[in-house]
Amino acid sequence: MRVRLTAAVALSALLGLTACGGGDAGDSDGPVSLRMTTWSANEAHLALFNEIAEEYKKANPNVTEIKFDPIPFENYTTTLTTQIAGGNPPDLAWIFENSAPDFVSSGALVALDDTLKGTDGYAFDELTPAATKLWQDEGKLYAYPFSTSPFGVFVNTDLFEKAGRETPAELIAAGRWTWDSAVAAAAAVNAETGKAGLVIRDFDYKGWDNLSTVWTGWGAQAWSEDGRTCGFDQQPMVDAMTFLHKAIFTDKALPAPGTTADFFAGDAGMTITQISRASLLADQKFGWDLVPLPAGPNGDYAVIGQGGMGVLRKGDNAKVAADFLAFLTNPTNSAKLAQFFPPPRQSQLTAETLAKTNPLLKPEQLQSVVIDGISSGVVKPSHTGQAEISQAVRAALDPLWQPGADVRTVLTGVCTQIKPLLDR
Amino acid sequence: MSRTTQVVDRARARSTPPAAKPADPPRRSWWTTRRRDQLAGLLFVSPQLLGSIVFVLLPLGLVVYYSLHEWNVLADTFDFVGAENYRALADDPNLPSVLGATGLFSLGLVVLNLSLALLLAVLLNQKLRGTVVFRTLFFSPVVVSLVAWTIVWGFLLQDNGGINGLLDTIGVDGPNWLRGEATAMLSVVVVQVLKNVGLNMVLFLAALQGVPAELYEAARVEGAGRWTQFRKITVPLISPTILLTSIITVVGSLQVFAQIAVLTQGGPGTSTTVLVYYLYQQAFQFHHFGYGATLSVLLFGIVLVLTVVQWQMRKRWVFHEQ
Repeated sequence: MRVRLTAAVALSALLGLTACGGGDAGDSDGPVSLRMTTWSANEAHLALFNEIAEEYKKANPNVTEIKFDPIPFENYTTTLTTQIAGGNPPDLAWIFENSAPDFVSSGALVALDDTLKGTDGYAFDELTPAATKLWQDEGKLYAYPFSTSPFGVFVNTDLFEKAGRETPAELIAAGRWTWDSAVAAAAAVNAETGKAGLVIRDFDYKGWDNLSTVWTGWGAQAWSEDGRTCGFDQQPMVDAMTFLHKAIFTDKALPAPGTTADFFAGDAGMTITQISRASLLADQKFGWDLVPLPAGPNGDYAVIGQGGMGVLRKGDNAKVAADFLAFLTNPTNSAKLAQFFPPPRQSQLTAETLAKTNPLLKPEQLQSVVIDGISSGVVKPSHTGQAEISQAVRAALDPLWQPGADVRTVLTGVCTQIKPLLDR
Repeated sequence: MSRTTQVVDRARARSTPPAAKPADPPRRSWWTTRRRDQLAGLLFVSPQLLGSIVFVLLPLGLVVYYSLHEWNVLADTFDFVGAENYRALADDPNLPSVLGATGLFSLGLVVLNLSLALLLAVLLNQKLRGTVVFRTLFFSPVVVSLVAWTIVWGFLLQDNGGINGLLDTIGVDGPNWLRGEATAMLSVVVVQVLKNVGLNMVLFLAALQGVPAELYEAARVEGAGRWTQFRKITVPLISPTILLTSIITVVGSLQVFAQIAVLTQGGPGTSTTVLVYYLYQQAFQFHHFGYGATLSVLLFGIVLVLTVVQWQMRKRWVFHEQ
């Protein structure tokens, strides 16, 4: 009998026994222990978080513990919502841009305006509107845009040299850093060295929203600004995906489906990712560079990935958590965190300021990729009910990742699948 | 009567005890052997009973309760919706493909697992050198972590992975196992079969070793060949074990999750989206906890029906010695 019922128990154990768990924003008296979930288990990131937390604890003796709880990137949001459902919400949580609409509009987070504006020396007004836009609802800020990180292209210059190709830096200098030349170079690296040419990190033929780093160059978008109209069957998207399909299956510039290659292990000539990953290059033996995304048919562009830091309304110590968030993101600490997470503060978005805390990156790299990217970039696609939409797009896009796929038919199918979800 | 006689009679009357009343029946003790045995029995089963109530019956009831509600975790709302989730279940356009994938997986797993386990058990039941080593080898995946096992197989099944590397050495261009609709399901089934075939193999081995040798001797005397012996003696005598393993394997096949989550995430398309994975997606990824609970009620119903059917069918084919 026990075996027969296991399936039901599995759900119940997670859902049922915890239905009454969690409380509402009450702050307990006495010693306070805070827990903050993050996607990163990077030692350097955690060391900096802990350093700032220690300072906060010294100034606030009632806060006895601030624990940073890394959750694997792949299942981050699912794990976070399960913790909330289970009556074990963290006090503070990192939230990805793709789930921002769900968290911000649902009332799951505490409005931060009063706390942040009321903190001495916080300089709330210098947060850039472009960075805070995604995290606001009806004029209130529900999460601090902790990281506004443009996507760039990391380059393994040793592999380019081995392949006898002009590096992206040289192509930029010659005014020829376009998607056509990038794919040609990637194909050459693959052909000459046997390593992968270009890896779109975290895509792996499943995380399709990372492809916005490509299709934005064609002026394509997953859906319209108001989120009502599907963009996959529009001409710019068809053109972008046709280009990408050819790059994968004809030019062999990108690793094919089912093939993995890690740039940071030296397995690829280039990778598209955010600068927060630069810390993975600290001990690398190969030569590397960081350059902006290649120009598309629509010219230069930039794409931004954002992470917000919010205070959970159901947490036990919401007030203290909001106060700690204000400390963590004040101008002083924001400057420290800028070495990993580009801040939303206007005064700190200068190459000189960022260079002080980014020893791995040169000022010109910071200017071209980070500063210019933040000022002109578009944020990766996000929508309410994103998880469901994302799954539907992933499933509908799968037929595209075959050598003989009919791109337009597949993309029309994507819109057929997600239209009911966009209409909700 | 003289005065003296009267005095003597009165004296006698005083000295003679009154006639004894009828004796009360002996009082029966409350603490009877029967009660003692009942209490002992209850004490023995109480841990299991308590566990069943807390971890089986209560959650089962709660799942049904939640299936009648819509629970938005982020908005912190919990609303009664009656049979709305069951209506949504009936109208769910994804459900046919999900049930199809579940049925395909279960069928493939049960057929492959049971037949391979029985074959291995028969082979390793021979009195030959090295059978203990092979038994250990085939059983060892059972004790390996499921997720670790699946991750390793994920690497082996990549387009440029170990399986295709091996095929390449013999001049065969292997498919992209986890990206093709047919090969993805086949891959998940085979990975699961290799993981758990050792368990059924051990159960079959135990059953085979309980078959009396004299039956085979008698059959041989009668001129029966190996296949006839297997069909007429082995299969009937181990049929109770076949029933047990088939029930365990069918139920297990309907609960597959980790392999799908690690290897295919339900793809390509929805070709490997089985019921438990769909349930997980609805409840934990899409935050439709009420609908997820409804799907788990459906799963419970399917498991219940299949188990009852198997149990009833035992009367037709399971051999019980009189």
